[in-house]
Amino acid sequence: MDYSQFLAMKQEIALLAIFLIVFLYDTFMPKKVLTGLSGITTILFAAFTLAGFGLMCGHTESAFAGMYVTSPVIATIKNILNVGVLIVLIQSASWNNSETQSTRRGEFYELLLVTLFGMYLMISARHFLLFVIGLECASLPLAAMVAFDKHKYESHEAAVKYMLTAVFSSAIFMMGLSYVYLLTGSLYFDTIASSVGCLDAQPLLIVALAFVIAGVGFKLSLVPFHLWTADVYQGAPTAVTSYLSVISKGSAAFAFMVILAHCFGSVYSAVWEWMLYGLIILTITVGNLFALRQNNMKRFLAFSSISQAGYIMLGIIGNNAMGMASLMFYILVYIFSNLAAFGVIQAIENKTGKLDMSDYRNLYKSNPHLAFVMMLAMFSLAGIPPFAGFFSKFFIFTGALSGTTSVALYVLVLIALINTIISLYYYLMVVKSMFLSTEDPIIETFRSSCADRIGMWICTAGVIALGLVSYFYNSILTLCQNSGLLNAIV
Amino acid sequence: MFSNPLIYFVVIPVIMLLGLYLSRSMAHIRTVAVTGSLCLLGLSIWLLVDYLGLRAAGAEGAMLYRGDWTWFSALNIKLSVGVDGISIAMILLSSIILLTGSFASWKINPLPKEFFLWLILLSIGVFGFFISIDLFTMFMFYEVALIPMYLLIGIWGTGRKEYSAMKLTLMLMGGSAFLMLSLIGIYYNAGLDSWNILDIAQADSIPHSWQYFLFPMAFVGFGVLGAMFPFHTWSPDGHACAPTAVSMLHAGVLMKLGGYGCFRVAIYLMPFAANELAWIFLILTGISVVYGAFSACVQTDLKYINAYSSVSHCGLVLFAILMLNTTAMTGAIMQMLSHGLMTALFFALIGMIYGRTHTRDIREMGGLMKIMPFLAVCYVIAGMASLGLPGLSGFVAEMTIFVGSFQETALLNRVFTIIACCSIVITAVYILRVVGKLLLGPVQNEHHLELTDATWWERTSTVTLIICVAAIGCFPNFFESLIRTTFSADIFKVIGM
Repeated sequence: MDYSQFLAMKQEIALLAIFLIVFLYDTFMPKKVLTGLSGITTILFAAFTLAGFGLMCGHTESAFAGMYVTSPVIATIKNILNVGVLIVLIQSASWNNSETQSTRRGEFYELLLVTLFGMYLMISARHFLLFVIGLECASLPLAAMVAFDKHKYESHEAAVKYMLTAVFSSAIFMMGLSYVYLLTGSLYFDTIASSVGCLDAQPLLIVALAFVIAGVGFKLSLVPFHLWTADVYQGAPTAVTSYLSVISKGSAAFAFMVILAHCFGSVYSAVWEWMLYGLIILTITVGNLFALRQNNMKRFLAFSSISQAGYIMLGIIGNNAMGMASLMFYILVYIFSNLAAFGVIQAIENKTGKLDMSDYRNLYKSNPHLAFVMMLAMFSLAGIPPFAGFFSKFFIFTGALSGTTSVALYVLVLIALINTIISLYYYLMVVKSMFLSTEDPIIETFRSSCADRIGMWICTAGVIALGLVSYFYNSILTLCQNSGLLNAIV
Repeated sequence: MFSNPLIYFVVIPVIMLLGLYLSRSMAHIRTVAVTGSLCLLGLSIWLLVDYLGLRAAGAEGAMLYRGDWTWFSALNIKLSVGVDGISIAMILLSSIILLTGSFASWKINPLPKEFFLWLILLSIGVFGFFISIDLFTMFMFYEVALIPMYLLIGIWGTGRKEYSAMKLTLMLMGGSAFLMLSLIGIYYNAGLDSWNILDIAQADSIPHSWQYFLFPMAFVGFGVLGAMFPFHTWSPDGHACAPTAVSMLHAGVLMKLGGYGCFRVAIYLMPFAANELAWIFLILTGISVVYGAFSACVQTDLKYINAYSSVSHCGLVLFAILMLNTTAMTGAIMQMLSHGLMTALFFALIGMIYGRTHTRDIREMGGLMKIMPFLAVCYVIAGMASLGLPGLSGFVAEMTIFVGSFQETALLNRVFTIIACCSIVITAVYILRVVGKLLLGPVQNEHHLELTDATWWERTSTVTLIICVAAIGCFPNFFESLIRTTFSADIFKVIGM
């Protein structure tokens, strides 16, 4: 065996190294220095993230007989996720340093790094076996993370729900895979891609794809596979919820795109375009309609993230390079906007334990900075210029319509656009409660911890700069247009 | 980039934002707001003079002061700027109203700093919109101008402000949803890989079948902001609840974004569909004109009267644009200017009266001529401008519009022109009703006798606006030639008229 192949997996190996350091530190170091764990992990991870940017100008490499692939595009999406994880780490520092966390601080970081490793595998896999390993590795430890608040009933309920849906969706996914194997005789993406083309829309292929889409759909919480989302988001500790809503969703979305566009690109219009079409409309609309009536901020963001997943899917349905770049850009912007919102929620929850939208009334009076960051996050999620969300929405719509003359897609985008108005309503409800209310604020003035403030500064800078500075989108699009993966797609 | 004068219409407000952020007292805030708006006004006057000079010297091209800076290279999105006579007229209007609006909100309370921050952000959107000729940037600035309205009305408004703010924001953003789809459609179907309005108009390459789909969306998208029936319902509530300066800017400038956009994007880029489908919108705008005027007759709240009158007058703008001939369009632009100034004057005066009497119900007020003669006289002047007294701006604009409209001989155009003409009479009814009841009638409330007349900043604000209204009325030729230079350049070669 040629061991030099492992060199292709630089990012995975570095991540595992961090994991080992954290694990050994947590296990063998004396108790009194364990409080430094969050700082060490964050610093190590920051260094790792920075180093990762160097890989974006590398070239395509594959290992293990083509089961594993890495390329500049893949390195980029991993870097995007890394940035998100870094923000999550920073934001969770003050929660992790609290007294209740003292005995299980290490587990949080270890589980988080392992799930990230699983997501890396999902993104890089070019063989369904490796993909499933990644999928499981990314799902099961998350269930443990969801159950982290072990004294809270909701946390348990959420963990059981998450566990059951994760297992159930994996089963469905693998059922689909077995049909794909039956049809094509291989689990390699490339082989499937070449042999699926001559199958047309066989009923069995449609069933297989339906199962595959449903399996990943659970992970992405697409409607009608979304029922676990709100409860899990609400029950999990806020740090885990934010991780679940951006990182887990972002990686699944990218992997989903690779599967659909790469393996089944040739049956795009015959089989999965209309499936996705229906899913997108359902996801965006149902997510929005349920978000309208929420009062708990985490539940509210859960439904908002369901509808955001629908928008992310718009990048796939165009089946072109622009859509792919827009999807990556959307994930990047979504990470920053959503984490800005979760950062504020977490800071407030840590200090006061308040989680309801009605508790946020007149927040601007008592904590103007928090209210301001929250407003930016809401505007960005709603797609209001000049914040990044506007650009990502615009590009995802442009990507969906790129190179098409199909009126159906225009109708789809119109439906998505009308839904942005509904979403604007509920995002403005948060702004309304923070700014327009004249009653006395419930949340008292407090000073956020240093880490919280750093996290919010990063998110604010991202929300403002990611769109206005064209460098980010331009370079992602250039990468996508040059990538080998794309050649397989088009 | 900074050698182009147009860029400063965005740069100055950004500097103002910074200045406001650093201000520590009310005096600082006022200084920043007034200095900044004076700079903007000075810049726009310089632009007007320089532009006319360039045209007189024989400058060619539909737009002058062109500048192109690549932004999103992959999609060929650029920050393209350029102005013609119409944009200059609109820029001038915006800076006048921004200045007078700053004076009108001299004593804004609470949170003066935040108020001006949002107001200036709104003006960035407005100026950016008028100087851009790239569809993407234009749309971006358009939305930048919309969202501050929510907070401006929601925080500083009166009455049912939360409801109105939400209704206004959602309806306008709903319009912009249609607009966004239409713009993306224009970009792809023109097949030029360019977002530049001039390029797309020059090539005129959008397939006719697509124009049937994209034109109504673009027209409705901008038409919502232009208060076109049946999408006008945000306007009365929004205007009635907004604070004074916001009503002024919104009715005076923001609603013009709608008319300007309908002209610059919908009709200019898709002339074929404009010709084919004009009748639908002609009917709708015709209804706006008459319906708005009739509604104004039965209102008792001063702001509602004026808001419905705005629906009527802005309807006339869209109505004239849809006639698709030079005279009527010139009239439309004149009407935008005229309505912008006079409605800002109205709202400023209503704000000042409300600030003293704490009511806007005309049944509870009367005899203001005796109590506050200065404001009352100004109100009469604004009213006269609104009902079209010669010598003031309304007459010039409406005259041009109706002369232009009568040139169209098609039956539908004739019928609707005659119907729209009736609005002049109805306008007279509601204006004179208010003037008679509010200003000249007996004093209704003893306490009102103790009220004072206008302060110096209020006088500055109103007098400036009155001078402008009178200037358009007395020297229509100047403004007409400014607008005509645009139409003679090459816009109409494209539209084919």
